[in-house]
Amino acid sequence: MKKRIFTALLTGAMVVSMTGAMAVPVAAEGDNKLTVWAWDQNFNIKAMEIAGEQYAKDHEGFELEVIETSSDDCQTKLTTAANAGDYSTLPDIVLMQDNSFQKFLKTYPDAFTDVSDMGINWDDFGALKQSYSMVDDKHYGVPFDNGAVIGCYRTDILKEAGYTIEDLTDITWSRFKEIGMDVHEKTGKYLLTSEANGGDTMMMMIQSCGANFVDENGEPFIAGNETAAKCVELYTDLVKNNVVKLVNNWDEYISTITSGEAAGIVNGNWITATLMGTEDQKGLWEITTMPKVDDVETATNYANNGGSSWYITSNCQNVDLAKDFLASTFGSSTEFYDAILPATGAISCYLPAGESEVYNEPNEFFNGQPIFSTIVEYSSHIPEFTKTPFHYEARECVNTAVVNIVNGTAQEDALQEAQDTLAFKMTE
Amino acid sequence: MFSGKGGIFLNSKKKGMTLVAKQRLAGWTFLTPATILIAIMSFYPMVRAFIVSLQTGAGANMRFAEPIFKNYQRILADKVFQQSIVNTFLYLLIQVPIMLVLAILLAQLLNNKDLKFRGFFRTCVFLPCATSLVSYSLIFRSMFATDGLVNSILIKLGILETGYNFLGNSASAKIVIILALIWRWTGYNMVFYLAGLQNIEYSVYEAAKIDGANGWKTFWKITVPLLKPTIIMTFIMSINGTLQLFDESVNLTKGGPANSTITMSHYVYNTCFINVPNFGYAAAMSFLIFIMVAILAFINLKVGDTRD
Repeated sequence: MKKRIFTALLTGAMVVSMTGAMAVPVAAEGDNKLTVWAWDQNFNIKAMEIAGEQYAKDHEGFELEVIETSSDDCQTKLTTAANAGDYSTLPDIVLMQDNSFQKFLKTYPDAFTDVSDMGINWDDFGALKQSYSMVDDKHYGVPFDNGAVIGCYRTDILKEAGYTIEDLTDITWSRFKEIGMDVHEKTGKYLLTSEANGGDTMMMMIQSCGANFVDENGEPFIAGNETAAKCVELYTDLVKNNVVKLVNNWDEYISTITSGEAAGIVNGNWITATLMGTEDQKGLWEITTMPKVDDVETATNYANNGGSSWYITSNCQNVDLAKDFLASTFGSSTEFYDAILPATGAISCYLPAGESEVYNEPNEFFNGQPIFSTIVEYSSHIPEFTKTPFHYEARECVNTAVVNIVNGTAQEDALQEAQDTLAFKMTE
Repeated sequence: MFSGKGGIFLNSKKKGMTLVAKQRLAGWTFLTPATILIAIMSFYPMVRAFIVSLQTGAGANMRFAEPIFKNYQRILADKVFQQSIVNTFLYLLIQVPIMLVLAILLAQLLNNKDLKFRGFFRTCVFLPCATSLVSYSLIFRSMFATDGLVNSILIKLGILETGYNFLGNSASAKIVIILALIWRWTGYNMVFYLAGLQNIEYSVYEAAKIDGANGWKTFWKITVPLLKPTIIMTFIMSINGTLQLFDESVNLTKGGPANSTITMSHYVYNTCFINVPNFGYAAAMSFLIFIMVAILAFINLKVGDTRD
């Protein structure tokens, strides 16, 4: 008999533990605890934890639990939960890539909370950054890290080929190509590395012109789009002339940096964290603006790539607490941004923060350049463009076209195919 | 054993249960938990998936499609999915025969009674199956990178001058995936063949030897026919596994370059989780894969069936 009771208890315990593992504890009414999904221990999570500590100082009993969830997992989990119509597994606050949010809001409008009324001055964030988390003039997210694109170059390699960082500042892509060919000839290095499958270079190029691969109505606009054609032409030309090294995945991308094969990188400024990991290249890198697209009137030397924002899910039972927490930290506190910069290197989109002294400090890795204030300055010049929920589809179609063109397909045909594929993916 | 004629035990009262009825009852009792689990975990989702495949709409607001088989019609117009079908069948046609022939040869070798360190070799061949799909894909990815192990060796041997971009070229990327699959799954199939070989009486071989049959003849006239059930089983499992190929495509090549290595399951996954979610269409594609597997398995069984 004893054995039976024991078995029953054991089974009971298993059932309880199983169900317990499935449910994510979220803030109940009047509860003082918030749960957050975020990725990257040294960056987003750390920033969130510092925010939690600061908020807890003035709010007794406030608790914050950050659950590490990779960016991909955040998306997969959200999709799964939302598609099942069961939001109860979601946390109170979730971090999301700027490029994915439009997709989620279009698909699952009920999953997020409108935060327009949370009492922060939205114009303290750049217009472009705000627009990532907005639909129909309503705000759904609190902007966090900055994705302003920078060009990073190895000054020692440039010097070997007879160039300086000034020669690469505010130039066009065709000038970039001339320099790149020269650099490759003299040193064997590549002035740019780019991912062939999931790469963002094409996206940065077209967005720096204030354009996209969709028109204002969100319809595919690749074939017959002069700006797009120009970007593709310039980019494939770079690949064919050994200026760009096309790599297959992120590991190889990083390894071109660490092995010293890359003389330059053009990407969102979060790449500086990766660069700074290569201790032996300290002092050799400098940053400047990215090249701009030739012969396009709206072209600039500025674009955005990556970056993310915080969203309150509809599973949050204590929306007021979550709003107040985000508003008084990420939404309005320069003190907070000053605290996270040295700790995480996360550059804010909160413009008043850029004037702070911490941002003007020279960075040893980048040869004494005050990179933080420079990046904040860049981010104020980035042109706006039409967003689309089909960001990843568009990127995939264009990258496929680029690979095909490099392998010999006529540009016109490849772009028409990309247009057709994207149009197909946009229909249900 | 337990099929049909349930009437006997239905009609008999518990007290007067015959021995047969008691055995049947025990049989059903043992079968029930598994049956219920399969029904809930496997058959119910299948039915649900079929219903979802008739629905359309992004995200949570699914409604029935108009016309009802719209998602299936969509497959006919989807060039990327068609490309993924071609890719998957290419893997199937090249990889499965090579793998099974290798497996049967290895099994034959390792079944040799006079071989020393037999256990050790068997373990070695089987060991790849103990690696996780993701990690072995990542290892192959780094081995075949432009500055990876394979390129370094080829350069050192003087065969190549600079690193070849194996994963950046559609033909070589496919070959790398096929090589990876062969490495990973040959040992797995070999184990089935080994088990099958052990069931063949040694006396049969002895008799063949006395009759003057050489090794080649013995292999074709005795080993292969007697292994036939095992061969059919491994064929079905391999076809099934290859048609559902996912990890290698995702982790080794990301489906690239330009979708030239993407598999059907990988595309289904992208439709749900990378692109704007379209679960209805994804379910329709999954169903098509299911039907393909079913048809191929059916043909396989029919071809292998030697009963008159």
